[in-house]
Amino acid sequence: MEQDVVLQTENLVKEYRLGQIGTGTLRGDLQSFFARLFKKDDPNISLLADQYYDIEHKTHRALDGVSIQIKRGEAVGLIGTNGAGKSTLLKLISRITLPSEGTLSYRGKVASLLEVGTGFNGELTGRENIYMNGAILGMSRADIDKKMDEIIAFSEIGEYINTPVKRYSSGMFVKLAFAVAAHLDADILLMDEILAVGDVKFQDKSLRRMEEVASEEQKTVIYVSHNMATIRRFCTRCIVLESGKVVFDGDVEQAIEVYTQRKKQSFSTHNDVREAKRRYCPNALVRKVSFEEFDILGADECVIQDKAAFRMRFRFRAKEAIAGTRLKVSFCDATEQPIATAISPTFDISEGENSLEVTADIRALKQGIYTISGALMQVSSFDIFSYYDNVDQMGMIEILPDEDGLLWAARVWGRAELPPLKIGGDSHE
Amino acid sequence: MSKQSQSVTTITPRKKLFELNFGETLRYKDLIILFVKNDFKTRYKQMLLGPLWAIIQPLLTTVVFTVVFGNIAGLPTDGAPKFMFYMCGNVLWTYFASCLNGAAGSFSGNAYLFSKVYFPRLVAPLSNALGNMLNSFIQFIIFLGFLVYFVIRGGVAPQYSLLWLALLLVVQSTLLAMGIGLVLASVTIKYRDLKMLISFGVQLWLYATPIAYSSTLVKEKLPSLFQLYMLNPMASICEAMRKIFLGVSTVSVKYLLISAAFSIAFFLLGVVFFNRAEKTFTDKI
Repeated sequence: MEQDVVLQTENLVKEYRLGQIGTGTLRGDLQSFFARLFKKDDPNISLLADQYYDIEHKTHRALDGVSIQIKRGEAVGLIGTNGAGKSTLLKLISRITLPSEGTLSYRGKVASLLEVGTGFNGELTGRENIYMNGAILGMSRADIDKKMDEIIAFSEIGEYINTPVKRYSSGMFVKLAFAVAAHLDADILLMDEILAVGDVKFQDKSLRRMEEVASEEQKTVIYVSHNMATIRRFCTRCIVLESGKVVFDGDVEQAIEVYTQRKKQSFSTHNDVREAKRRYCPNALVRKVSFEEFDILGADECVIQDKAAFRMRFRFRAKEAIAGTRLKVSFCDATEQPIATAISPTFDISEGENSLEVTADIRALKQGIYTISGALMQVSSFDIFSYYDNVDQMGMIEILPDEDGLLWAARVWGRAELPPLKIGGDSHE
Repeated sequence: MSKQSQSVTTITPRKKLFELNFGETLRYKDLIILFVKNDFKTRYKQMLLGPLWAIIQPLLTTVVFTVVFGNIAGLPTDGAPKFMFYMCGNVLWTYFASCLNGAAGSFSGNAYLFSKVYFPRLVAPLSNALGNMLNSFIQFIIFLGFLVYFVIRGGVAPQYSLLWLALLLVVQSTLLAMGIGLVLASVTIKYRDLKMLISFGVQLWLYATPIAYSSTLVKEKLPSLFQLYMLNPMASICEAMRKIFLGVSTVSVKYLLISAAFSIAFFLLGVVFFNRAEKTFTDKI
């Protein structure tokens, strides 16, 4: 490894087996073993046929040959859609799990902030937890002592540092955790959306601290985020992962462009959403209804022509007839943050195939790429939402800049435009 | 640049079958100390009697054993005072059982921590054993207190020239408990139902060890099984402890050596199992 390279991977592969391995109990495995031995029918096969034996030998490559080199002092952003392999890569670098193939080497110490406050023990005081976190990193007590005052000052915890952390508010907890992580003596820092902690003021402070860590202290930072704004501000280089492979490695702006384009390509005006990822809903009604197809009507390659009447068609299958449901359609930006949502009046679902065509007025949305998430839900008289099905990414649309009106500065003004202001004070007519 | 001496770590898929990685574990000695300290602190926090529990538990067990096995059942204690006879066995067994249970819970008890940060995984069972050692040391001090009383009053005859052996026996029972515990820890990742077996098995093992009775009783009543009985590594450790501190019971060097061999073999086996399991643990939970 060259002197200024701090992290290097060669053809890194991480493979996961799908489905259940074995039956999970010793009794079950012995049963199957003896059945095979005496050439009888395995009692577990009929029971678990689909989930167990069929899938047993299928594997999924979460990382598929990743080779990267990262130099000292670089702040590298890692972007990609869900399931692209970002978290798996961080897990391998932080040695939580081992690769299936390939090698990974690094120089010095790695600290991972995959989840803030890891290893915090609620019974211990803030100060004791700082020692604990440092020790997990392999630091000696003397080293931690040197940084102690700096950490306490940064965390804004003050006099509460000698209180057990279980009595902290969640904000205090997270602030302390970040302060510890950002000051400990690691050469490589791994971060997963950690900058989204605390209040806005603290977020800004954290971000400035991370910039300092990378540029002045010459530490290396690897940052995973869906938030392109922080990636832009903070990273000097960006890697785009897709299905476990590196598809781009280099300039940040170009990387974001590649990422957005790639994401767009994976959608069309006709989308089969039977296998799409479902959002977990706390009070979900057992999957009585599920979305099957989503079509964008009257658009050319997902570019919206008529914003006043944007037409969509949802096809879904219901196990039984349901009265009084609503359809919710949300428009999300590239960071997967919802920008705006439209909800239908109530309608009835009949048993079997259903097709629903809806029209939305999306004149408020400005230029850019939006993903559409859809949900079928019921709202009770107590304002409790019960979801029948909730799909995060049904499709994607692109809205072009308006031909008339002002040029929209989306990064400063936001993604939605309200109706023009009216001049004059007394509007109570 | 001053930092150029930083060591390079290389990670590859396959690790050796046996890898103690002692150097790395040692570098985390501060973490081990903290684990032990914090465990001790949190174990007795928000409790009425605090660390007194460490003393009350073996004392009460000893009293119960003395009454039930000594007085009601009237089992002979090789001429030693009943209370001392049972206390010696109890302190040893409490240590052994808590080490075994602790090591067996290395993965399930630390699942959250293991899936979030890396440190040499052996740190967890090691600090657990050290914590139990600390606990048992407190109990041992109490035991010594009683011992002094009985030495003055008469009835026990500690073998002062053999005291060094007691230390070796503690190490030996630690190795044995950790070895078996680590094997169980690795196996229970896949087969959770084996967890039921652990507490149950430790309890059964207690009856197969001369804690509540003396091994001379086995020799008298079941002479044909005695040789098999003494293969239990804990049997000769327990009898040797009684020999050292109370001056009663006999134990042959042969069985002690067999017991030592078993302990070392189990410890090595435990480390092999543990190494295998820690590689894939986070993918399996």
